[in-house]
Amino acid sequence: MTMQSGLATSPTQLRVYAPTADLDVASPPSREQERARAIVSPRDSRTEPGPVRFVIIALALTFLTVFVVLPLVVVFAQAFSKGISSYVAALTEPEALSAIRLTLLVAAISVGLNLVFGVIAAWAIAKFDFRGKTFLITLIDLPFSVSPVISGLVFVLLFGAQGYFGPWLQAHNIHVLFAVPGIALATVFVTFPFVARALIPLMQEQGTQEEEAAISLGASGLQTFFRVTLPNIKWGLLYGVLLCNARAMGEFGAVSVVSGHIRGETNTMPLLVEILYNEYQFVASFAIASLLAMLALITLVVKTVLERRLDEGQIPSDD
Amino acid sequence: MTIEVKNIVKKFGAFAALDNVDLKVGDGELLALLGPSGSGKTTLLRIIAGLDWPDAGEVSIGGEDALARGASERQVGFVFQHYALFRHMTVFENVAFGLRVQPRAIRKDEATIRARVKELLDLVQLDWLANRYPSQLSGGQRQRIALARALAIEPRILLLDEPFGALDAKVRKELRRWLRSLHSEIHVTSIFVTHDQEEALEVANRVVVMDKGRIEQIGTPGDVYDNPATAFVHGFIGESIVLPVDVSGGSVRLGGRPLNIAANGAASGASNLFVRRHDMQIGPAGSGALEGAVRHVRSFGPIQRAEVALSGGEGKTVIEIDAPRDRELRAGETVSLQPRRYRIFAAQR
Repeated sequence: MTMQSGLATSPTQLRVYAPTADLDVASPPSREQERARAIVSPRDSRTEPGPVRFVIIALALTFLTVFVVLPLVVVFAQAFSKGISSYVAALTEPEALSAIRLTLLVAAISVGLNLVFGVIAAWAIAKFDFRGKTFLITLIDLPFSVSPVISGLVFVLLFGAQGYFGPWLQAHNIHVLFAVPGIALATVFVTFPFVARALIPLMQEQGTQEEEAAISLGASGLQTFFRVTLPNIKWGLLYGVLLCNARAMGEFGAVSVVSGHIRGETNTMPLLVEILYNEYQFVASFAIASLLAMLALITLVVKTVLERRLDEGQIPSDD
Repeated sequence: MTIEVKNIVKKFGAFAALDNVDLKVGDGELLALLGPSGSGKTTLLRIIAGLDWPDAGEVSIGGEDALARGASERQVGFVFQHYALFRHMTVFENVAFGLRVQPRAIRKDEATIRARVKELLDLVQLDWLANRYPSQLSGGQRQRIALARALAIEPRILLLDEPFGALDAKVRKELRRWLRSLHSEIHVTSIFVTHDQEEALEVANRVVVMDKGRIEQIGTPGDVYDNPATAFVHGFIGESIVLPVDVSGGSVRLGGRPLNIAANGAASGASNLFVRRHDMQIGPAGSGALEGAVRHVRSFGPIQRAEVALSGGEGKTVIEIDAPRDRELRAGETVSLQPRRYRIFAAQR
C-alpha cells in the first residue's frame, strides 16, 4: 500500500460523518439500522463465483510468499545459521556497533529536520495561496523521482574536493563528504518528501477554518499551531515520521556515494551489510540485515495502527 | 459597541469584492448583510473580524481603529458557516478555548473558567452535551456551541457568517427565533450574513442589501420591502412582477401602448416597471392600465394566485399575481389590472 492511498481514505470518512451526525444524535445504530445495512451490503452484488475467488486468492498468496515472506525468512535463517552466540557476536563487533550508532544518529537527524521542514512545507502549501505553489509541490517530490545515487552525487559535486564549496571547506578544515554531515545531508534529501506528502492532503482537507476560529478567539500563532493545527494532524504526522525513519535507516544509494566506506566510522547498517556480504561473512552480514528486517516489520505494524487512526478521522470513539 | 466602516475596497485580482463600502452600525443593533453569493457580504464581515484585510478604507470598532489590530486582538466573536468547531476537543473544551488562550496576566483560574463555560452552555441550553465531541452533535447543536464559544471571550461585537446556511429548513426557523431572543437578552452589537431574504427580514433590526460589492440599500425590514431604492433590491426582496416599459416625458408605454399610470418622476428611456404580486389590483375588463386573460388559478389560504397573459404587445407576456379571495377568478376570463403601488427603474444595460 502506498502512502497516498492510506491517506486518501480519511477525507471520505470525514465526509461520511457529517450528515449522519445530523440525523441521529450520537445514538448507537439501532438493530433495525444494523439489519438494513446488512441487507444492502455491497458485497452481495459483487461476489465472484467460488472457483474464481479461489484462484485469485491462491495467486495472490503464492506471489506474496515467494517475493515477500520467503526472502524475509531467508534473512533470519542465514543470520541464525551458526547459532545464537555467533549472531550476538556479529552484532557486538565494534564495526557493527559503530554502524548501528551511526544509522541511529543519521536517522535521528534526518527525521528531526524533515519533521520541521515537512510541517512548514505542508503548512505553506495547504493553508496559503501563492505563486509557484504547484512548482513547489513538484519540487517536494523530486527526491522520490531521482535515483538516490544521483542525489548522493549532487552532494559530491557541491562539497567534494573539486566541488563548488570544496576548497572553502578544506581551507576551514570542515569535513562534509566521507563524514557524518555528508551522510546526514544525503539522507535528509532522500527522505524529505515523506512528512510533507503525508500532511499536505490532510491539511488541505481540513482547511483553515479551525485556525481562523482559534485566532478570532484570541489565540496567538503559536497557540493556534500547538492547540489546534498539531492535534488535528498528529496521526498523519506520525505516519510520515515513521516512513521517513524507515527510509532514513535503510537508505543505501545516496549514502553509499557520500560515505567513503571508512570502516568503523562512516559505514551505516545497509553499507555494512553489503561489505560483510562481499567478504563472505554471511552470518555477520545477515545478522545486521535481520535488524533492518525487524525495523521493517515494526514499521509495518505501527503503520497499520496509524492508518486505522487516520481512517477514524481522528474522532475518538470512546464516550 | 458601534462599528464604522469607511470606503472599504477589496480586490481579488481584477474582481472587486468590495467597491467603496460605507456602513455604520449602532450600539446593540442586530444587522443583516443580505445579498446573493458574490455580493461581497462575507468579505465585508471577514474584514471587520480581521480575517481579511481591505486594500483601502477604514474600520473602527467602538471608536477605535480596528485595522491597527490583528484578528486575535479585536475581541470579536465570529461564528462560521460550517461551525469550525475544534474536532479533537470536547464541547466543553471548545467553549473554554478562548478563555484558556488568554495571556497569563489576565487568564482566569480553572474554577472560574469552568463556571463560565457552564454558564454559556446553559445559555445555549446544551449543558448536557459538555463531554461530547463535535462529530457527535447535530448541525443545530454545533451551531449553538459555536455561538457559545464565540460568546466566551465576552466579544465587543458578534459576527455570524451564514449562521443557518447549512441547516435544514425546520431547524433554521427555530434557530432564527432563538437568535433573536438571545440577542434581546445579551444585547451585543451583531452582524449576520445571509442570502435568505426571509431570514434577514425576520431576524434583523436593520437590513443592508448588497450586490456586486456595493451597498444597494440600508433600512429597516419594512423599508427595504416597501420602498426598495433600486431595481436590484426590488427584484431581490419579495416576489416582483417586472415589465419592460418606455418612459418619455412623463408617460409610460408598454410594448408601444401607453399605460395609464404616472411616471412618478422616472427619467425618460428604457425602463422596468416593478410591481409586487399582491399590489396588482384586479378589476372588470376595461377599467385598468393593463388587460389580460386569466390562464390558470390556484387558490390556497387567503389568496388566489393567477397566471395572466397580458393582451397587446408583440408576444405573450405572462405574469403571476396574488389576489384576495373576495372575488373568485376563473380561467379564460378577461380582467383588467391596475398597479396599486409600483416603482419604475431605468433598465440596466
